[in-house]
Amino acid sequence: MILRAPDLSEASRGRALRSRTPTRHGALVLLGALVVVAVIAALSLALGSRALDPEVVVHALLSGSINDGSEASAIVLGQRLPRTLIGLTGGAALAVAGAVIQGHTRNPLADPGLLGVTSGASLAVVLAISVVGITTATGYVWFAFAGAGLGTVVVVTIGLAAGRRRDASPAALVLAGAAVSAFLGAVTSLLLLIDVAALDAYRFWSVGSLTGGRGVDTLLVVAPALVVGMVLALIHARSLDALALGDDAARALGRRLLPTRLLGLAIVTMLVGAATAVLGSLGFIGLLVPHIARWISGPGHRLLLPLSAVIGGGLTVAADIVGRLVVAPDELPVGIVLGTIGAPLFVLIVLRSRQGRA
Amino acid sequence: MIVIAAVIVSIALLAVVSLGVGEYPISPGRVVATLLGGGDPREALVVHNLRLPRTSLALVAGAALAVAGAVTQTTARNALASPDLLGVTAGAGAGAVAAIVFGGAGGEAIGGLLSLGAPVSALAGGLLAAAVVGVLLRIGGGRGLRPVLLGVAVSAFFSSLTSWMLVEASLDDVERATAWLTGSLSGRGWTEVLTVSITLAAASALLVPVARGLAALQLGPDTARALGTPIPLTVGTLLGASVLLTSVTVSAVGPIGFVALVAPHLASLASRTPRPPLIVSGLFGALILLASDLAARTVIPSFTVPTGAVTALVGAPFLVWLLVRSTRTP
Repeated sequence: MILRAPDLSEASRGRALRSRTPTRHGALVLLGALVVVAVIAALSLALGSRALDPEVVVHALLSGSINDGSEASAIVLGQRLPRTLIGLTGGAALAVAGAVIQGHTRNPLADPGLLGVTSGASLAVVLAISVVGITTATGYVWFAFAGAGLGTVVVVTIGLAAGRRRDASPAALVLAGAAVSAFLGAVTSLLLLIDVAALDAYRFWSVGSLTGGRGVDTLLVVAPALVVGMVLALIHARSLDALALGDDAARALGRRLLPTRLLGLAIVTMLVGAATAVLGSLGFIGLLVPHIARWISGPGHRLLLPLSAVIGGGLTVAADIVGRLVVAPDELPVGIVLGTIGAPLFVLIVLRSRQGRA
Repeated sequence: MIVIAAVIVSIALLAVVSLGVGEYPISPGRVVATLLGGGDPREALVVHNLRLPRTSLALVAGAALAVAGAVTQTTARNALASPDLLGVTAGAGAGAVAAIVFGGAGGEAIGGLLSLGAPVSALAGGLLAAAVVGVLLRIGGGRGLRPVLLGVAVSAFFSSLTSWMLVEASLDDVERATAWLTGSLSGRGWTEVLTVSITLAAASALLVPVARGLAALQLGPDTARALGTPIPLTVGTLLGASVLLTSVTVSAVGPIGFVALVAPHLASLASRTPRPPLIVSGLFGALILLASDLAARTVIPSFTVPTGAVTALVGAPFLVWLLVRSTRTP
């Protein structure tokens, strides 16, 4: 099987090598993206089945307490602020994890769920519902996180044991991940078929949503992992650039492959485990946001990772807003919006990209 | 050669065991006797009417999925490529779930209609999804990563539609839909076997003239073009064959995953070739699905687990074992 490097067209390769004022150009792009996301976040606080005026929103934020009697505070602080925060952080984590895993496996189809993270988390949640009898999202979180970690450990162990060089090469990881994910997924399906009540509860968790019992307390449980993962990812960016050139070139550039690989995998586990534990399985972001970011910023990871984080967070919150508006007063979960509206939008982007460029 | 022989022998053995297993156990010797035309009439009834269709379906469906997977992986030159990427499986799933959720306003009485409706809608959904990807490729061109990204996006779209329906539907419908979505060989008969076999034969006929093109494509589009391969025609035929095989198989047995992804890898790891040989992939696919079906029927006494839930349970450890054993990084 030949695994291809990320698409390094002449233009983007040239951009990376020439390094013409990368810091200033990159900082501007990042700033622009941050501004856009800030606007989206503000809209998220104001919009919904009941649109609120900006002054009301600001007043509610400043008052700082849900129980000050005004309905606006209840809505803004009790519902919209938590889901906005969850969307921003979860989306950012998934997008960065996607960029990292695509960099490590050098496979543009790599999705962070590949390492068994999502399937491990899902199985753990189903076990929690079915065997232990937990029914709240806050309860699932611990299980999901643990399941995510265990899933990755299994995949990495197999990846390490496979192949000639015993260094968890991309090919071995990808296949091991596919095998373990499918295995765990099959066990999950079996459990769901046997226990219908679990199926009923699970289908809401698994669709990917910012509500349904998730609150800031759920987020706080996984916050340490999110923060550590993000910081490590940013430090790791240089290694990712080296890895993109191929294992041998990376070694020649002085990277020790095995520790670098393990660090990358730890980062992905922390980020995706945390995000999945809170959001459920949101598949679109990790796979596709890195591609979007790469079109804007090129393949250099020092800009790609922060940009992916910003775009991922913004996209998730934007999808949530759409989900609130489109079938008001009902709501569509984020996962469904991302798939039904995000996918066609992404198709448009793919079709219109690089017209006139090689 | 040894590999092919070994796989064929395993298939034969497993098939005989599979035909003997069930609520009315028949020893392998008697199974062979019945197959050869003799044997107890009651046993002949059980073997020929009840179990032979199911076992045959496992063989041809497994082979069809595996060949589709091998073709897609070689054409896309990506280890993770599978026909699911072309949107077919997601589209088929959405079609079937729509039939189940919207087609039945009533309960048991309309159940019979539903079982007619789901496969046909699945086929329609799968072909629709593949057509959408095809049209998009036509509009935008198929350079670089584009086919893959488009396929992923279309799959995501249809998967979300399915999720939406599952979240809004009644629990009864969700149960039925989930059962279909898991993939199963139960309740299927000779019609399904015939449909899949004919498709397999037709696809093989399609693939023979482009086999050389497939080998050339492995070297990359530029080299292939230099070797004189008509790329759009070849890729179109290859992907068309893959779509055909997958849609028909999924509409017959539901979306049974993992076989299309893994059988080609098993085939290339076992035969130590860089790209999955088509025939060996088909054989491995048949073996995996047959073994999964056997496990599905026997693992819980007097309860048949849907085969789709078992394929990964059987195939994954097999793949892991081969991975760890392999002495070359593919």
